Amino acid sequence: MKSCLVVDDSKVIRKVARHILETMNFEVREAGDGREALDSCLASPPDVVLLDWNMPVMSGMDFLRALGDSGVTQRPKVVFCTTENGMAHIRAAIEAGADEYVMKPFDRETLESKLQIVGIA
Amino acid sequence: MNMENITPDPSMQVMGALSVLSALLEQETGQQISPMRTGRIEAALKPLMRDRRIASLDDLATVIVTGADRELETLAVEAMLNQETSFFRDAAVMDQAIDVLLTLMADAGERRLRVWCAGCSTGQEPYSLAILLSERLANSDKPFPDIIATDVSACALNRARQGRYSSFEIQRGMPVRRMVSWFDTEGESWVARPELRKRIRYLHCNLVADMPPAGPFDLILCRNVLFYFALPIRRRIFEMIAGNMRPEALLLLGAGETVIGQTQRLQPSPRFRGFYSLMANA
Repeated sequence: MKSCLVVDDSKVIRKVARHILETMNFEVREAGDGREALDSCLASPPDVVLLDWNMPVMSGMDFLRALGDSGVTQRPKVVFCTTENGMAHIRAAIEAGADEYVMKPFDRETLESKLQIVGIA
Repeated sequence: MNMENITPDPSMQVMGALSVLSALLEQETGQQISPMRTGRIEAALKPLMRDRRIASLDDLATVIVTGADRELETLAVEAMLNQETSFFRDAAVMDQAIDVLLTLMADAGERRLRVWCAGCSTGQEPYSLAILLSERLANSDKPFPDIIATDVSACALNRARQGRYSSFEIQRGMPVRRMVSWFDTEGESWVARPELRKRIRYLHCNLVADMPPAGPFDLILCRNVLFYFALPIRRRIFEMIAGNMRPEALLLLGAGETVIGQTQRLQPSPRFRGFYSLMANA
């Protein structure tokens, strides 16, 4: 079973993503900010991280950079999932090492297609 | 019994309306509405009914039966057409199509190949094809294939020509790196860059009633289109397709679609698995 860490400060988004991912047979973990997500990845890296951009404590971009610096042995795929839908944000995410990008709002088909693109679904 | 006091069963009225609307769609496009899709017809027609202040399917069917509003008929047909599509749909198959095209290009020498995307809807398939080809041919001096994309829906073709997609549409199936390489943002929309749009020529074509685009073609993609047609019409379309293929050309259908048992002109390609070629001596 593949695992996904859903990182979002919105409980509603986490709940929606969890529901979709569980119907796709993912084991789902949750984190409310980048720091929590980093701790979770260092303890046990998931196959993929679904990552919000704007969060308290540690943003998605700061998480991505910290993950790169952490020396984690099995780096998970990182899929941004955010309302930051402008070209500049997307390019910055790619440059920082994001594997894919989901623009909110999203649905099951979109999420499934992005996870297929990164080779997880 | 006083007949005036009997209220018709609303579900029977809707079924009657659906019959009228299904008949209209079949008459105009040859397409049939499968029993599984009848439930979606009302949802598909709701925006049109709201715009025209038509209260029910029954009222819509009544206007159509009178033949008094041709524009409404056209709009109803457009709304009933299934335009479900996405970028890089069945990505492995798309990659295979590119491999096949490159092989055919190698065989063809300097001749420019011709590709027909039949039933292209809002353009995601031909744009996907053009992106993949552009990437694979970036350092090639071979002539870029002509891509002709056709659809029965004028609305879908207009959207395809514009190459303008919502964030919801663009990201379905589209890898993010390709999205930023081949599309620009305009407000909330993502618009195909001119160098991508110029690769494709869009033409209106009703597969049942119109002359096909001028052939012959080297590769024809007709994916997830033919299952909307009854078998006799599918046979006619296969005849028309076969008549527009070069001798070594290939046909690609959708997953679950086949030519077997439906035409004497086409067969599974002995050279390329998953593709169909002209039957020898047919």
